[in-house]
Amino acid sequence: MLNSGILDLPFSSSISAFALDRSRSTQSANKLVVVFLRGALDGLSAVVPYSDPQYYSLRPKIAIPKPGQEGGVLKLDGDFGLHPNLAPLLSFWQNKNLAFVANSGSPDPTRSHFDAQDYMESGLPGVKAGSTGWLNRLLKELPDNGSPVRALNVGTTTPRILQGPIACATYAPSNRKKVSAIESPYIARAFEKMYEDRKDDLGQAFREGMEARATINEKLSDTMTAADQGAVQANKFSGFGKQVGKLIREEPKIQVAFVDLGGFDTHVNQGAAQGPLANNLNVVGRGLAELANSLGSSFERTLIVVMSEFGRTVKENGNGGTDHGHGNFIWLLGGPVEGGKIFGKWNGIAQKNLYEGRDLPVYSDFRGVLKTTVAEHMGLSQKQAETIFPGFKAQENLRLLKG
Amino acid sequence: MTEKRVRPGHIASLCLAALAGALITSFAPAVQSKDEKTDVDIEGKVAHVLSRLTFGAKPGQIEEVEEEGLENYLTRQLHPEKITLSEEIEKLGKVEARAKDPVYLFLNYGRPALMALAKGNQNGSPKEDEAVKKVIGEYQRKLYEESALTRIKRATESPQELKEVMTDFWFNHFNISQEKGLDHVWIGSYEERAIRPFVLSKFRDMLGATAHHSGMLFYLDNWQNTKDPGSSAPANELEGKKRGRFSGINENYARELMELHTLGVDGGYTQKDVQELARVLTGLGLPPGAGGGGNLKNSADITAMGMAGQAMLSKTGRDRLAEIGGAAQPERTRRRLVREYGPPPQIKGNRELGYYFDKNRHDFGDKVLLGQVIKGEGEAEIEKVLDLLARHPATARHISYKLAQYFVADSPPKSLVEKMSKRFLDSDGDIAATLDTLFHSSEFYEKKYRGAKFKSPYRYLLSSLRATNSKVEDPKLILGFLKQTGMPLYQCLTPDGYKNTKEAWLNPDNLLNRLNYATALGTGRCPGVKIGHTDPAMIADACTQDLSSRTIQAVKEAPQNLKAPLVLGSPEFMVY
Repeated sequence: MLNSGILDLPFSSSISAFALDRSRSTQSANKLVVVFLRGALDGLSAVVPYSDPQYYSLRPKIAIPKPGQEGGVLKLDGDFGLHPNLAPLLSFWQNKNLAFVANSGSPDPTRSHFDAQDYMESGLPGVKAGSTGWLNRLLKELPDNGSPVRALNVGTTTPRILQGPIACATYAPSNRKKVSAIESPYIARAFEKMYEDRKDDLGQAFREGMEARATINEKLSDTMTAADQGAVQANKFSGFGKQVGKLIREEPKIQVAFVDLGGFDTHVNQGAAQGPLANNLNVVGRGLAELANSLGSSFERTLIVVMSEFGRTVKENGNGGTDHGHGNFIWLLGGPVEGGKIFGKWNGIAQKNLYEGRDLPVYSDFRGVLKTTVAEHMGLSQKQAETIFPGFKAQENLRLLKG
Repeated sequence: MTEKRVRPGHIASLCLAALAGALITSFAPAVQSKDEKTDVDIEGKVAHVLSRLTFGAKPGQIEEVEEEGLENYLTRQLHPEKITLSEEIEKLGKVEARAKDPVYLFLNYGRPALMALAKGNQNGSPKEDEAVKKVIGEYQRKLYEESALTRIKRATESPQELKEVMTDFWFNHFNISQEKGLDHVWIGSYEERAIRPFVLSKFRDMLGATAHHSGMLFYLDNWQNTKDPGSSAPANELEGKKRGRFSGINENYARELMELHTLGVDGGYTQKDVQELARVLTGLGLPPGAGGGGNLKNSADITAMGMAGQAMLSKTGRDRLAEIGGAAQPERTRRRLVREYGPPPQIKGNRELGYYFDKNRHDFGDKVLLGQVIKGEGEAEIEKVLDLLARHPATARHISYKLAQYFVADSPPKSLVEKMSKRFLDSDGDIAATLDTLFHSSEFYEKKYRGAKFKSPYRYLLSSLRATNSKVEDPKLILGFLKQTGMPLYQCLTPDGYKNTKEAWLNPDNLLNRLNYATALGTGRCPGVKIGHTDPAMIADACTQDLSSRTIQAVKEAPQNLKAPLVLGSPEFMVY
């Protein structure tokens, strides 16, 4: 239960500034942003094993050409290259702030989007029974700074990963400043009488909603005005990445943010250097770069994790697309990341090395990628990390963070 | 009557003495209502039933049903054919988007018509471009708005209340999305032909209809599902190209058919079963020339439409558009095109649901599904596997769980799910029978489940419209509300449909959006909605939960114009 909430409000900006100064050096001021690409991103089109001839023979229609060719990949190293539409991320790789974990994902064999997303968001692969989301469990372990925007959910409904006892502020990206009825004091007062003192989840939702709206409106007031000139495209990550970055930069009490992007279920005509998937990757690449850039100095304290429920078949299907697969790449971006590297075990894509002869295997369990990394980054003890991914014993420490 | 609703008390405390008097009078007979033998809590029971079997009670309805008798009400609702509809409500099923077959809709609103219009204007001026864009926009919006408006009007106004609730349930269960390409022309037809006729009858019939309707065939890609060429790759490159989109297995529909539509994710099937089912479903696709690709360009009809569009737009440009109605009257424009260039030609396949079984793309080998051998014999295999899936105990459990979660509680009691599963199996998947078990179970009436469900945005919206006796005339504003609250109508992208739990919908932003909307509706400022009344006492009467003393106090103290918004936005109005 939140109790200090409303009282903070008139002073929020000065308190924020104070908190920012004081916490710069402490780990608790570190931030985690999780970007979920729903529908199962074809990882092999994003991080392309261009040196492997089989990649081209298995994907005659949809392979991304070799570096230097028209529409070719952007070279990361001697084996891998980025999809050309992820060009905005290349400098982060070069500056060693971007890394990938190959053959990573959920150990559960399901090829169902819904289950796989569910497992990745609950952090409990194979467990169907309702549980909290792992980001919510993480929030529970972080110091409670009393802010209703501790957790920022970019979207409209609370995703599984944030479900649980800690409320999140839902922020639907918009390019205009919303002055809604409930924000007028005359109307707010009337509703407050019904909701404010309620001890239940409705009362809490009301208080936190009112407070979060005030905070977000205040922090974004200038970008929203600017948006009238078309600066921010609503519902496009490439536009609102900027807003999210600014919010995190200016509202130090945000500890965790979650961004949901859909449209990656490319069964049919996914395209190669151009096409539907390329268009989506363009949104992701630009969005992440703008998010990272607008974080300003907070970039040094922010870990951005990009993940998808599973990968797709290595071989293209009969419809110029790819079907539900298994392993994928997890992306890590941010100041703290030991960047410029591709982590994880890579055995190529010869059929004998594939999961069930068709998909990338999962050598690095996503919990293994995240458990130590997130714990270290957010300053959690071993015991605390245990509550986030209960029952999971990491086999390896990939050392994904600097230092 | 040890415990009862304090309805008359609400009214008095809202200081509307005259109305309160009237309601107290109508309340009196309810106390002596005789149709319930043993239960002491009849008024609470009726309110509970109405809260679950409708999208929210209308003012005075609780008293009406008490008078009619709960059992009579339940029987009528479970057998909607016993309820006569007014002409006004009947008409709602006859709009073009709902009444026409999928082939017609494709030809008149699908790609051919739109591309023809766009291409026809290749040499047009910027101004003409604008006009064409407008026509196309109108074309595309027409079917969606028609489907959405009639859905909402039925849900608000039809006396077949449970049927409308079940339409929401089953559409969501067999979800398709208007956002996926061509499906935008088929949404209304899909609901009208594949869902609504079966929402209270046999599950197997609905399963069969959804499996064959263009809307589902397109949404989950089965229209492309084709026998695997295997090692016998095309003899030459040219042949490979000819096969185009039909060159391999697509298991998307097969998987969701078992995971979401029938057995459920814990239903005991394997990846191998998915592959086998996909093989069974090979060749079940769209009619060539009506979404099924292939012959699209060769169809005389498409050519005619294309020529019509080109002639119309390039020949005389804007003047011609204006002459025949143009952007302002897309419907007239379209009819004119058909008149001038003739009716559509014969299209192969089934026109009612819009499917075509292509033997040449079907895998005639034997399959093994869930341990049963399915002999390779063509289209009949599909009926066999649908029988197998519809009658599987895992399906009975899965459907019963979902119904119990929808009607009783987010975590429904196991005992109830078991009873319902048994009835489902015993009645060969009769939905009304299964619901009859639910509505007569002791679990359904348990005190702890009353008011335990949190309204989804869709239900919240409809309950507010019903409580104010409102009629929607233009759906734009309320569709906007649904979008903003994360539940845009007919636009759920994923095949699992929208969730129906509090966890999914109670969050700060969602609540504030409701309060904003409640303020608009309660103050009578809801464009496109003909509001019946904004009388706070009548809204309170329709609220199936007792208002708390805190709510009553807040309403009393509020300025007059905010009383109705407060009742509509009260915590008690959020639950059911």
